[in-house]
Amino acid sequence: MATPLKVSVVSADHEVWTGEATMVIAKTVEGEIGILAGHEPMLAILASGEIRITKADGAKVQAQADSGFLSVENNTVTIVAGTASLI
Amino acid sequence: MGAQLRVYRQKIKSAQTTKKITRAMELISASRIQKAQARVAASTPYSRAITRAVSAVASYSNVDHVLTTEPEKIERAAIVIFSSDRGLAGAFNSNVLKASEQLAELLRSQGKEVVYFLIGRKASAYFAFRRRASVRTWTGGTDSPQFETAKEIGDALLESFLTPASEGGVDEIHVCYNRFISMLVQEPEVVRLLPLEVVEGVEELDSKTVLPLYNFEPDAEKVLDSLLPVYIESRLFNAMLQSAAAKHAATQKAMKAASDNADGLIRDFTRLANNARQSEITQQISEIVGGADALSSAK
Repeated sequence: MATPLKVSVVSADHEVWTGEATMVIAKTVEGEIGILAGHEPMLAILASGEIRITKADGAKVQAQADSGFLSVENNTVTIVAGTASLI
Repeated sequence: MGAQLRVYRQKIKSAQTTKKITRAMELISASRIQKAQARVAASTPYSRAITRAVSAVASYSNVDHVLTTEPEKIERAAIVIFSSDRGLAGAFNSNVLKASEQLAELLRSQGKEVVYFLIGRKASAYFAFRRRASVRTWTGGTDSPQFETAKEIGDALLESFLTPASEGGVDEIHVCYNRFISMLVQEPEVVRLLPLEVVEGVEELDSKTVLPLYNFEPDAEKVLDSLLPVYIESRLFNAMLQSAAAKHAATQKAMKAASDNADGLIRDFTRLANNARQSEITQQISEIVGGADALSSAK
């Protein structure tokens, strides 16, 4: 796991969280998905639910996102939601 | 005190009071511009992410979407006007209304019927005064736009767009708003929102950055289905934020001009008042001297 994921969670009016992480778990319309470094490029629709981010140092961040989508490319994960907040 | 002098003093006092108000408003809007600009900046990551995603879907799938296809015949077009709730902002509102009138004229000359969606009390007052109809109006909260409002507007516009023209729907949607260019320059901007034409409009992607081959979940069509409304909402929200920032800048400019004007008035009236006072004194002296002369010559 050489390259950590670059994660940013953005909502309509501000950037909720951004940083590096080893794993992101999100809930899409098809079910929960876990993303590690090197994941293939993907665009998915999010179901409203919890996003769990495991940071590089092992600490965890949780966020609530509503009506949005998730994109993965080049080890960059972008979670975009109309309304999102950290829990 | 002579009558003339009293009138001038009154005018000076009134100009001073007005100046106090306009100065205060100038300072208030100056501080609000900062906030409004910060909000525009804060919403940029969101619109950038959405634009990127939409261009990714659009360029890697040949999905025809109802929101991107041009209708064969455009019968009815909608104009969305973003104005402000309060006046005292110079030509801010009249600029955007003028731009929308021009657009309406153009659309009518193309044989399209024009309907209106209005945002802000000023636009709705303009329409009410002229007894013109609008489909929907949203008032209040233009000073600090909420995303929920953008969502509401987006939903209403989409619903109207997806209704066939024969049942009262529209085939085309234009938005009209003031873009914040700098503290001194705000320009009315007219953009066609629907059907979407250039997807990569907001932010040109670098030609070097090749968009990767995405995997869509559940599939490209569904992703586009849910992405496009969000994209539209983000465009609307951006227009609202731009308009709010522009409004504050326009208010600041107008109030600065008003304060400067008041300064000029106070100066001019002070001169006139001094003049009146002086001539009053001169008159009194000549009266006394004239009186004394008359007395001494009568002896």
